[in-house]
Amino acid sequence: MIKLSNICKTYLMGDNPVRALDAISLTVDKGEFVAVQGSSGSGKSTLLNIMGILDSFDSGSYTLDDTPMDNLTQRQAAQYRNRFIGFVFQSFNLIHHKSAVENVALPLYYQGIKRRKRNAIAMEYLERVGLAARADHKPSELSGGQSQRVAIARALITQPSLLLADEPTGALDTQTSEQILDLFKGVNADGMTVVVVTHETEVAEQTRRVINLRDGQLLSDQRL
Amino acid sequence: MLIDTLQEILQSLRTHKTRTVLAVVTVAWGVFMLVVLLGAGRGLQNGVELQFKDDAVNSISVYRGRTTIAYHGNPRGRSIQFDNTDFDQVRDNVDAVEYITARYYPDSELTVSAGSISASFDIRAVHPEHLYLEKTQITDGRFINDRDLADKRKVSVIGKRVMQVMFPGGDALGNYLHINDIAYRVVGVFTDAGRRGEEETIYLPISTAQLVYGAAEEIHQMRFTVGEASYAESQQAEQQTRQLLSDRYHFSPDDQRAVRIYNNLDSYKKITDLFFWVRVFVALVGAGTVLTGILAVSNIMVISVAERRREIGIRKALGATSGSITRLVVVESLIITGVAGYLGLIASLGLLEILKSTIAENEYMYQPDVNTAVVISVTLLVVVAGALSGYLPARRAALIKPVEALQPR
Repeated sequence: MIKLSNICKTYLMGDNPVRALDAISLTVDKGEFVAVQGSSGSGKSTLLNIMGILDSFDSGSYTLDDTPMDNLTQRQAAQYRNRFIGFVFQSFNLIHHKSAVENVALPLYYQGIKRRKRNAIAMEYLERVGLAARADHKPSELSGGQSQRVAIARALITQPSLLLADEPTGALDTQTSEQILDLFKGVNADGMTVVVVTHETEVAEQTRRVINLRDGQLLSDQRL
Repeated sequence: MLIDTLQEILQSLRTHKTRTVLAVVTVAWGVFMLVVLLGAGRGLQNGVELQFKDDAVNSISVYRGRTTIAYHGNPRGRSIQFDNTDFDQVRDNVDAVEYITARYYPDSELTVSAGSISASFDIRAVHPEHLYLEKTQITDGRFINDRDLADKRKVSVIGKRVMQVMFPGGDALGNYLHINDIAYRVVGVFTDAGRRGEEETIYLPISTAQLVYGAAEEIHQMRFTVGEASYAESQQAEQQTRQLLSDRYHFSPDDQRAVRIYNNLDSYKKITDLFFWVRVFVALVGAGTVLTGILAVSNIMVISVAERRREIGIRKALGATSGSITRLVVVESLIITGVAGYLGLIASLGLLEILKSTIAENEYMYQPDVNTAVVISVTLLVVVAGALSGYLPARRAALIKPVEALQPR
């Protein structure tokens, strides 16, 4: 599913180059449930963003589902993000002027699916995360846990092969975090590959493989 | 898909109501001001041109005067009188003369009557070509002709107002008008596009008037047109006339007051020159207004795109192509400028229509109007410029890596 070899990425922080990823090589197979752990600045979010084609890398190679990702056009990258990958962010990243159901339906808009049809599909997914009753609410009227569930419904609506989550429970209380993790476990059980970036050991412990990063390098990689 | 895109845009416009309304108002105001300015400029020009409409634009009038320079033994202060010979000489010797007439004004105390109605009107004794000097339109019958002059016929051509007053029944033609007990047959009725007062005038053959009112050969003034002559040629005609009269009456050719010559082209040229500058001014102000509108839209679009940077990042993470993001913003600014341009256009054209129907004939402003092609092209320019000004920031934002757009700032 995911094959990274010798991925390097350097940021400029002001005038100082910061090496975010230092020759990372990693393989994730189909159906895995992986946690990427590390302290702040370890490069774990950068790694996830590169996996999700949200960010570029300086050297190395990245193959997603047997397709090399280094020379994609803008349009191809957009298509992969749309059809192959689902994203869940720490800050939910819902569009504030759209209702829950419209937010969930948005990826289907970029597939050219008609409004009525995509809203109907979005309702099914809202149902799945238990929020059908809140479909017409704006994000500002939803709690953090509800917002994240809407975001997950949005990530799942295109039935992606890969779900990427960046600190999905970082802004949530323990109980809500449990609900979110249960959702992840559920889709993973259905065969979806899930990669979660987290700094919480409790979250990492619930996955089946934990990768530890420090200063942009692979520290450990253990299957639970 | 198109309807879907529109719905996306309308939703975004609704969300940012204040910004949308401000943008619309700014652009609409720009277009409104431009069109009203252009219309007012046109109205001003129409108003002044209306004044000139009365007389032939290319005419030269020659009035009697009093010398102010002693010349060849003649003292200053001598008054100059014209007679029929002057008329003949000017007609025959001034190159540029096209139509020419003399004017003789009989005593102003004359009473005009027909049946039981009496009134007082301007009476002018003229040559047949006078017809071309004022913009006199014969509506009935004919004007004074050469036979009238040769036979010294007692005929008259009357203005519409004269007819309305003297012949309320409307049958003026062939009837007689008495001017101090002398009967003149009415042979023509005219209207005049210029001043209303013109239509309260009675024209008589000059030879008849000179005979009846005891003026012998005397005339009071001469007027002639210069055809298609250039301004320089008309000035030359003016010079020739002055020289000719100076030779006949022995006054200094430099004496501007001995004979006063008024060249209509002088003031016409001054006015046309003025209007050139008015047009330049209007064009500059208009261009400035349009530029302001365009800048306002680009400014608003830059802010709009900056505010939506994160939204753009989210959309890209969900699979939006750069093109679809750009399209969204461009169509949004097209809608804003389009609606605004339309509103501005409607409002300004409406105002001009109201002005047109409420402002009476007036020498300062008449029939304010705009050239439709100019207005439409300017509006299109604003709309296209608005779209372009949306395009540039949108393009830049759309090309940012999603991860950067998503970062909180």
